[in-house]
Amino acid sequence: MADPSRVSGDPALAVGVSIPRVDGRAKVRGRALYVDDLTAEGMLHGQTVRSRVPHGVLRAIRQDPDFDWSGITVATAADIPGENVVALIEDDQPALVPIGGRVRHPDEAVALVAAPTRARAREAADHIELDIEPLPASFTIEESLAGEVVLYGDDNVMRRFDVQKGQDVERALAEADFVIDGTYRTGPQEQMYIEPQGVMAAWDDQGACRLTGSMQCPYYVHKAIARLTALPPEKVVIAQSVTGGGFGGKEEYPSMIGAHAAVLARASGAPVKLVYDRDEDIGATTKRHPARVHHRLGVMKDGTIVAQDVDVVLDGGAYVTLSPVVLSRAVLHATGPYRCPNVRIVGRAVATNVSPHGAFRGFGAPQTTFPYERQIDKAARQLGIEPFEMRRRNMLELGDETATGQTLSYSVGGPAALARAEAAAGSAPPRELAPAEQGTPVRRGRGLAFYYHGAGFTGSGEEKLAGRATVALCEGGGFEVRSSSTDIGQGTLTIFAQLAAAALGVDVGLVRVPEPETGSVPDSGPTVASRTCMVVGGVVERAASALRRRIEAWADEQGIDAPMDELGRRAAGELGEISETAQYSPPPGIEWDDDSYTGSAYAVYGWAACVVDVAVDLDTYEVQVERCIHAVDVGKAIHPIIVKGQIEGGTLQALGWALWEHVAYERGSVVNRRMTDCIVPTFADAPELETIIVEEPYPHGPHGAKGVGEIPMDGPAAAVANALEDALGAPFDAVPALPEHIARALAQAERAPVSKNEREVIS
Amino acid sequence: MTAYLRPNTLEEALAVREAHPEYTILAGGTDLLVSGHRVPPPPGIVDLFDLRPLRGIARDGDGSLRLGAATTYLDVLSSDTGREELSILRAAAREIGALQIQARGTLGGNLVTSSPVGDTLPVWLALGAEVELSSAGRGARRVAYDAFCTGYRQTDMAPDELVTAVTIPPPAPGTRRFWRKVGTRRAQSISKLMIAATARLENGLIAEPRIGLGALADRPIRGVAVERAMAGRPPDEDTAARAARALAAEITPIDDVRSSADYRLTVATNLVARFVRLLAEPA
Repeated sequence: MADPSRVSGDPALAVGVSIPRVDGRAKVRGRALYVDDLTAEGMLHGQTVRSRVPHGVLRAIRQDPDFDWSGITVATAADIPGENVVALIEDDQPALVPIGGRVRHPDEAVALVAAPTRARAREAADHIELDIEPLPASFTIEESLAGEVVLYGDDNVMRRFDVQKGQDVERALAEADFVIDGTYRTGPQEQMYIEPQGVMAAWDDQGACRLTGSMQCPYYVHKAIARLTALPPEKVVIAQSVTGGGFGGKEEYPSMIGAHAAVLARASGAPVKLVYDRDEDIGATTKRHPARVHHRLGVMKDGTIVAQDVDVVLDGGAYVTLSPVVLSRAVLHATGPYRCPNVRIVGRAVATNVSPHGAFRGFGAPQTTFPYERQIDKAARQLGIEPFEMRRRNMLELGDETATGQTLSYSVGGPAALARAEAAAGSAPPRELAPAEQGTPVRRGRGLAFYYHGAGFTGSGEEKLAGRATVALCEGGGFEVRSSSTDIGQGTLTIFAQLAAAALGVDVGLVRVPEPETGSVPDSGPTVASRTCMVVGGVVERAASALRRRIEAWADEQGIDAPMDELGRRAAGELGEISETAQYSPPPGIEWDDDSYTGSAYAVYGWAACVVDVAVDLDTYEVQVERCIHAVDVGKAIHPIIVKGQIEGGTLQALGWALWEHVAYERGSVVNRRMTDCIVPTFADAPELETIIVEEPYPHGPHGAKGVGEIPMDGPAAAVANALEDALGAPFDAVPALPEHIARALAQAERAPVSKNEREVIS
Repeated sequence: MTAYLRPNTLEEALAVREAHPEYTILAGGTDLLVSGHRVPPPPGIVDLFDLRPLRGIARDGDGSLRLGAATTYLDVLSSDTGREELSILRAAAREIGALQIQARGTLGGNLVTSSPVGDTLPVWLALGAEVELSSAGRGARRVAYDAFCTGYRQTDMAPDELVTAVTIPPPAPGTRRFWRKVGTRRAQSISKLMIAATARLENGLIAEPRIGLGALADRPIRGVAVERAMAGRPPDEDTAARAARALAAEITPIDDVRSSADYRLTVATNLVARFVRLLAEPA
């Protein structure tokens, strides 16, 4: 056994401390290489020719005979060496629409062009004409459900999930004192990462294909490219380049753009770089799923929730992609962090002729959090119960059971988050105060939202993934963490260095965490689902501990007594590189049944409460968020500044979704494809965010840490809508609430003064 | 290939303009560079950025203000000349883009691009500005801004002319000024609508109102009917309502990706009423 006195690195020095980001220096000095910075000898630039028709049959692809095609490569589906499919969950999406094949949305890739310059590639793409025989198309959830245009199966429903708990929900609702009945709509949202999508591809003399690009999940791309190229896995190498933001937008789409770059590089025999312009990126890549949720909430006079009946419909877009998984998470979060004996949830994802909707921070949960937090708020308003008190009476506590029958036995941070937010918020400002601007009539209001977010993959997902990570002692005595978890700005490289250093007992500076490349790193699972720190970080910690034990055992054998950094140097000198790989194993007591949708939906949950104060300008209907208090339970903040950054970034993204972000479509095609019109908030739009980190440790996470990436996105939109109702006395049941919508709602309220409870059923 | 010329004097610039009327003028480049890859390259570019004789704000002998066409928004924000009169121009300049854009974008560029959503343009209407144009052959002339913009992105500038300055007559004492941009967000946004207004009170009645409206028609327009509805009346609720009604009758805004016709109309009428109420408050 190693002598514990040998421990030189105090874990407390590495964890819970905001060390300088390991990637910070290169980024600040402009030395980090993003994909568009990469170049290679003889490199060509790629361009994509898209369908521009929402639905139809591709009859022909014609190259303008009068155009000078010299030096230009054109590739189509016929040039794909393997299967023409972007492999993900189902094999329904082609990489390129083949002749005779179906075009299913207006931004579908049909042909590819490579040329020595971007300008020439663009010009050549403009000289390719597509002959597409149009078919009737459908663009909305309602049109899809009406089923006049059948795009998937026989009813357009790509996936359905049912959750059932307690007695018959209709009977429970009939027995409730009040039923709040509402329909809620949330819109698409663009991730708007600063760096657009891009991949560079090259084939070597041995016929291997190498891709380097901006991405979240190298092994997703690996799986897709292996099938597309019909290459054995070892002949496909996927490397992540420094990535300028993802937010879910670079979860599945890199397989598509990667497929295109790979096909072009093979057809042209040269390295090909394919980087989207902003307008192409906004037009073609994934958005948050638009949703329609019908929610009925049964409550008793004292505020007790007795029943929830939730019908969730997501617009999946033209192909299945990740919609079943997004829908699953939407469904599993649909009744909120509340005790409720009787539950029915029905979730459906439906097909439309719109570019597929996909992963975006929150991953379905924001779409169902908005409805239940509006419903709870309406119930509180109707019953005359103070909003915090209404949540307190119903919130899940230690030992309570969730909608899927999971008993919560640890790390329930809800009560603490709610209490901390309430204390920080203090009393609400008066409705009308001295106006902020001369002559401006202003109405003020306060809104609360309370929510939770399952960390990691759903159900048995993490067990099936069995994410692995390696920690190695390298030549010279340095350590290296090898995992496929990517740093997309959220701090993976830094926290992995911290976790490994703490477990090894060495200085953080001795730990290197390179950007992943398949083949050189084990598959840790994708960088999604708030799982990187909690799940993969835990695996890194275990691998580091195992390596430390091995080095210490060697030192014991050699009779060496020295601090770990010295042991590392000497062991490396004697043994060469040694490494340990660990694999995820689920905590005890986590069982999930996929057929009945019951059991432990997630190993642990993050919890949050958000208070928003708004001021509405009654002349312009613009909303100023004056305060936003966000208390989030993260288990343990490994790096407090990074955690705060995650919370504040997610909060602003959520406020953006609530108040400004409107992706406008016409016949399935995005109209506002530039940052001037596809609006996201700026710092001028944001209040000083009041962020409170709550730490209710997760016994099976590294140092107690659990997920933080997504939860800040879930609730602020509901808090904003609740604040708007508080300020204006009119219900706001859709996201976003643009000034145009507020003006219309107030005009309607003036024209037909109705009881604010008219929309609700009172039994 | 696109030719690139950078004259050092006004004379040189006018000579180049006369010789190459087909060349594109680059004032600050904030429109040209953004649209660059979407339009065919021009045969030539004449770069007037930082052309010294056209840059800066000065007071003329007659008390009017003269703002050179190459004056940037940042120059406007940092100039001490005419601070009171130019309060609404500064307010407009402050909301254009971010610092980088404010350091490049110019008053002349905004005038000649003549976008219906050009942020400085309603200000010229409210301030009664005149545009100074010069050519090598015919010298200088002045046109009221009302007559300078002749249609959607159309101006009165001849192919051999350059805009050289904007001039603003000295204001009557007691003049009040109002500016409000309603954009898609609070910074770096394209306007949904803008209102620039000036007026003063004479014996408690509104005198010489000038209302400039942006993004509410195919070009920046004067709210002529609003001005009539306000002039000679006290700044009270009745006048505010009359002004709002007059405006509603005189504009027909459009729906587009940034906003709706209904919203633009409602907010414009609210803001005109706000201006009337503001006149009743002490300066």
